Amino acid sequence: MKIHEYQAKALMAAGGIPVPAGTVARTVDEAVAAVRPLIESSGNPVVVVKSQIHAGGRGKGHFVEHPDVSGVNVVLDGIEGGIPAAEAKVREYATAMLGSTLVTIQTGPEGKVVSRLYIEGGIDIATELYLSVLLDRSTSHNIIMASTEGGTEIEVVADETPEKILRTEIDPAFGLLDFQARNIAYGLGFEGDAFRNGVRFMKAITELAMDLDTDLLEINPLVVTTDGQVMALDGKMAFEANALFRHPELVELRDETEEDPAEAEAKEYGLSFISLDGTIGCMVNGAGLAMATMDIINYVGGEPANFLDVGGGAEKDQIVEAFKLITADPKVKGIFVNIFGGIMRCDIIAEGVVAAVKEVGLEVPLVVRLEGTNVELGKQIIDESGLNVVSAEDMKDGATKIVELAR
Amino acid sequence: MSVLIDRNTKVLVQGMGKTGRFHTDKAIAYGTQMVGAVHPSRAGQVEVFTGETDPSGVPNRPPMYDVEVPIFRSVAEAVAGTQATATVVYVPPPFAADAIMEAADAGVELIVAVTEGVPVSDMVLAKRYLEGRNVRLVGPNCPGVITPQQCKIGIMPGYIHTPGKIGVVSRSGTLTYEAVHQLTLNGLGQTTAIGIGGDPVNGTNFVDCLTMFNDDPETNGVLMIGEIGGNAEEEAAEWITANMTKPVAGFIAGTTAPPGKRMGHAGAIISGGMGTAEAKIAVLTEAGVVMAPTPTDMGSAMLKAMQR
Repeated sequence: MKIHEYQAKALMAAGGIPVPAGTVARTVDEAVAAVRPLIESSGNPVVVVKSQIHAGGRGKGHFVEHPDVSGVNVVLDGIEGGIPAAEAKVREYATAMLGSTLVTIQTGPEGKVVSRLYIEGGIDIATELYLSVLLDRSTSHNIIMASTEGGTEIEVVADETPEKILRTEIDPAFGLLDFQARNIAYGLGFEGDAFRNGVRFMKAITELAMDLDTDLLEINPLVVTTDGQVMALDGKMAFEANALFRHPELVELRDETEEDPAEAEAKEYGLSFISLDGTIGCMVNGAGLAMATMDIINYVGGEPANFLDVGGGAEKDQIVEAFKLITADPKVKGIFVNIFGGIMRCDIIAEGVVAAVKEVGLEVPLVVRLEGTNVELGKQIIDESGLNVVSAEDMKDGATKIVELAR
Repeated sequence: MSVLIDRNTKVLVQGMGKTGRFHTDKAIAYGTQMVGAVHPSRAGQVEVFTGETDPSGVPNRPPMYDVEVPIFRSVAEAVAGTQATATVVYVPPPFAADAIMEAADAGVELIVAVTEGVPVSDMVLAKRYLEGRNVRLVGPNCPGVITPQQCKIGIMPGYIHTPGKIGVVSRSGTLTYEAVHQLTLNGLGQTTAIGIGGDPVNGTNFVDCLTMFNDDPETNGVLMIGEIGGNAEEEAAEWITANMTKPVAGFIAGTTAPPGKRMGHAGAIISGGMGTAEAKIAVLTEAGVVMAPTPTDMGSAMLKAMQR
């Protein structure tokens, strides 16, 4: 589960991690009202207006409606014109940004509508760095990745100058040890106050990541200010869905407008669903088989419209719901049901499919491939239903048939 | 011979809820020696299982079974009372890591964790706890381990398996069934099939299984089924090049998966251009693994590898 930057920063601040002062705004007036207190409390006349969406690359992104406005805008007007000039400029930006569609390299060409802004106080930056806490799958330990190349995407750094990435493994039994925190601070070139603050920062950020069960905690850039403070200038946090049961406070931070409505609805019914761009709807049991079904549709010349795993123990209701999700997509020109019954019996699937077709109707071709437990009974239920269903011998046969029928 | 389990393996079950009971019954029907269960508040009771013997399981058994499984309050007491060397974990996700660590502490040699949805951070800790102990964890989020007609630990349907020559190792559940079924139909059969699970942190990886199958005199070839995400397949390719003496066939799911999306399994995600199916297929092919172009061709890819 992803959260917004302003939410991540609030969590960091609560964990003792320095972040710039800021206020979230959902309207133009709220954005303007945030300016005066920020400037008065810090004495710094610069403010920044940042789009809050669940995607990165905002600074280099642009609005569809206002191609000259970036996703993140630094307002310098307060330096000469004082607070009223800063307020006027923030009003101008907020008016353009709120309700408009921001396209970044991570949003895809369709972009995301911005409905929240974060108005942040300016800070005097000496250096920009990179820091993240994430799982290293080959060691099954969390690691801290740090780099002097702040502001650049870490994938680019890893590709072009891998020697500039410091990796520090965190032993889950001990957490980040003091000497490890010092070594990271040395590696990032911290000196004096920045060194002491940096060591404290590393310890606190590791503890926060462990406490909150983050999937990813990324700070890019991490900055050292001209007065030696170490601060998170950006903050990206994602939480592990399986651990959310012990963090009800984090569940509150969920922004459903950032999620695909079909995927969210599927989740309610215990289905795993992902929308794709093709024309063949898929209903499969098991994640691996569901992925392989998409692959084989592609292999025989078609394009999958979705990934849909009904799970190992789906009941009739879930099958009906899965069917509704697939048929609700206007791009779908054919449906392929591919089931290898293990624990899930083929007759249950067949009953679900028949009930779904009767309830939802069927306007596109349907190919069903059943194998495994109670397969004969399942086939019999489909045959006797009188529905216009094409049976398939195996996965490849089924994929070939549905791709042809959907042409 | 086989790997990990055979007809003499005595198995405990941790988590005797609806799911645990259902699969314990199926395992007993198959002929698995389910010798005890662990439940803190039901110690001293027995769970009774009766039904028709699964004809695809251990041969030469009576047509009906009637088995009493004693319940213990801790794994340590269950091991002392039954001499079990293996356990299967169906405990719900919040408590699964604790169940795994309890079994390891009690000296169980093989822990099969079926539970789906265990927090990664819990597994990071549990795996650390297992370090230096003489125990193998398979899973979590896996179908389990089966040696056909000898022992079935987990949730896979027994009847699609048949004794034979191929070791099967897979990150996926139903895709393993697909593979096993094809090996049964083309006559190769299986020595042991191991589902290592779809989570990013798991106890046993491809290299562990390849090592066991390479050392097992009855296994003549290995079919490995991977998917997008992580670098376990890349490590396997490296190991195969350096050590493997037997033919290997493979399939990787997720060629069409979009980057950044989690494809059902917690571990199945392409991040930052890493973990793509293309890259995995390329390194495995380079290592001499016969790759099946589609999941329907897994059995024939194995045949082809055996004929090389």
